[in-house]
Amino acid sequence: MKDPRILTSRRTLLSGLASAGGLLLSGCSETQPPTYGNLLRMGDLLTYRAQRLLLPRRALAQEFARGDITSIPAIGTTNPANPNEPLFNAAGGEAYERLRSGQFADWRLAVEGSVTRPARYSLADLKRLPSRTQITKHTCEEGWSAIAEWTGVPLRRVLEAAGIRPGARFVNFYSFDATADSIDMLDALHPQTILAYGMNGADLPVAHGAPLRLRVEKQLGYKSVKFLHRIVVSDRFVDPGKLGPLQSGWAWYVGI
Amino acid sequence: MSAQIATAPATPAREASVGAGHARWVRVTHWIGAASVLTLAFTGFVILMAHPRLYWGQAGNDLTPALIELPVSRNYHHHGWQLSTPSFPDGGAAVSAVRTYDILNENGWARSLHFLAAWFFVVTGLSYLLAGIFSGHLRRDLVPRATELTPRLLWQDLKAHLRRQTPPAAGGPPYNLLQKYTYSLIVFIALPLMIITGLGMSPAVNAAYPWLSGMFGGNQSARTLHFCVFAVLLLFLLVHVVMVVVSGFGRQMRAMTWGKSA
Repeated sequence: MKDPRILTSRRTLLSGLASAGGLLLSGCSETQPPTYGNLLRMGDLLTYRAQRLLLPRRALAQEFARGDITSIPAIGTTNPANPNEPLFNAAGGEAYERLRSGQFADWRLAVEGSVTRPARYSLADLKRLPSRTQITKHTCEEGWSAIAEWTGVPLRRVLEAAGIRPGARFVNFYSFDATADSIDMLDALHPQTILAYGMNGADLPVAHGAPLRLRVEKQLGYKSVKFLHRIVVSDRFVDPGKLGPLQSGWAWYVGI
Repeated sequence: MSAQIATAPATPAREASVGAGHARWVRVTHWIGAASVLTLAFTGFVILMAHPRLYWGQAGNDLTPALIELPVSRNYHHHGWQLSTPSFPDGGAAVSAVRTYDILNENGWARSLHFLAAWFFVVTGLSYLLAGIFSGHLRRDLVPRATELTPRLLWQDLKAHLRRQTPPAAGGPPYNLLQKYTYSLIVFIALPLMIITGLGMSPAVNAAYPWLSGMFGGNQSARTLHFCVFAVLLLFLLVHVVMVVVSGFGRQMRAMTWGKSA
C-alpha cells in the first residue's frame, strides 16, 4: 500500500482539518460570538462562519400566500407579567403589566448605543413608519414550524433613522422577560428583519410578543425576541450573561 | 473464493485488490465516520424527543395534524395546551394556543453536538469519496458492475448468504454482491440523503436554496425523510454489526483498525 495518491489524500485531509481548527481557535475576537473554550460553541461558530461565507447574503426567506397560514403554538414566555413563568423578571413583569393595562399607550422602544441619534419610539411612531407585511415560516428549534403573517417596520428603517455609526457590528434586543439576544448587522439590515406589531392582520397578541417583537426570518424562532422594550447597537459582541443564549447553553447563531 | 468468482467474473483490476485488506484511508475514514454517525444518531434522537411528531409539507406543529406520532418521550401526547383561539376573527381553521406543559427539551447541547458531529461527518465523507474516486476503490470494489445488476445474481447471493455458503470474509475487498449493493446504497444514497434532508431543515439554507427542501415537498417532509433514512441507517448498522460478528469479530475489527498485515 505505498500508493503515493493515498499519502496525498491523507495530507490533504490533515491540512484540511488543521485549517478548520485554525478557523475555530481564532474565535476570540470581540467582533464575533465568544466560544469560552466550549467545543459546542466552536462548532456553532464554524457553522456561523461557513453559512456567512457560503450562502448568498441577499437571499430572502420564502414568503407564502394567505391561504398557507397555519395554526401556531405560543411557547416560551407567553405573558411577561405572569410570575409563574420560568423566564419571569420581577421589574420587567411589573412594568409590562402596567403598560399592557393601558393598551401600551405609554410603552416606548428605546434605540440607543452606537448610533448618532438615540431615540424613543411609541407604538404610534413605529406604525407611522413605512411598514412591511410578510407571510413567513416560523421554524422552532424543537422541530415544529408554523406559517403566519407578520406586519411591522423593517429594523433597517429604525436603525437608519437613528444613524448607525461606522463601527457598529451587532444589534442587541432586550425583552420584558428575562431574555436578551443579538444579531449581526447582516441579519439586522436584511429586508425581512422587521419589528412586528401586527400578526395575521390584527395587533400582535400578548402570547406572541405584544406590543413589539423581532422577526429574523433566516434563523430559528428563538432569535425573534418577543416583548421588546430596548434595542442597543454595539461595535462589539455583547454577552448579556444568563439573559442570553450562550450562557444558557444554546447556540447564538441558529441559521441551521 | 470460488463462489464469489462464479458470481462476479474477476478482472485484472479487481484481482489487484484481492486480499490486500482495507486501505489506510478507508480505515481512518471508516472510524471517524462511524464515531460521527453514532453521535449524530444519538443527538438526533434526543432532538426528536423534544417534538416526537412528524409531518408532511411545509409546516406542522402540535395544533396541526401529524403524519406519525412517536411514543419516544414524555412529550408524546402531552395535551398541555390552553384553550385555542382562532387566528382570524372571520373564521378559518388556523388557531393559536398557549402551551402550559413544561416539555422535555435537551436541544441546547443536542443540536450543537449534532451539527459539530455533522461537520466531522461531512469532512470525512468528502475525503472518503475523493480518495475513493481517485484510488479507484469505489469503481473497483464498491459499485456493482453492469453484469452484476441482475435479479438472478442477487437472488443467488442472497440464498448463499442465508445458507451461510459465502466464503469467509477477507477483511476487505473484494466484496460479494449483497455487500456491494448495501454499501453502495449507504454511501451513495442514504448518507447523502441524510445531508440533503438535514440541510433542508435549516432556515438559512432554505432561504438560499428553497428547492432543496422543495423537492421533498417542504421542510417538514425533509424532517420526516431525515427520520426515515435514520431508521434505514439504524437497520444497516444492526445488520453490519451482526455480519461482522458472524464473520469473525476479532479478525474483522483488526482488519478495519490495523489493516491486513497486523
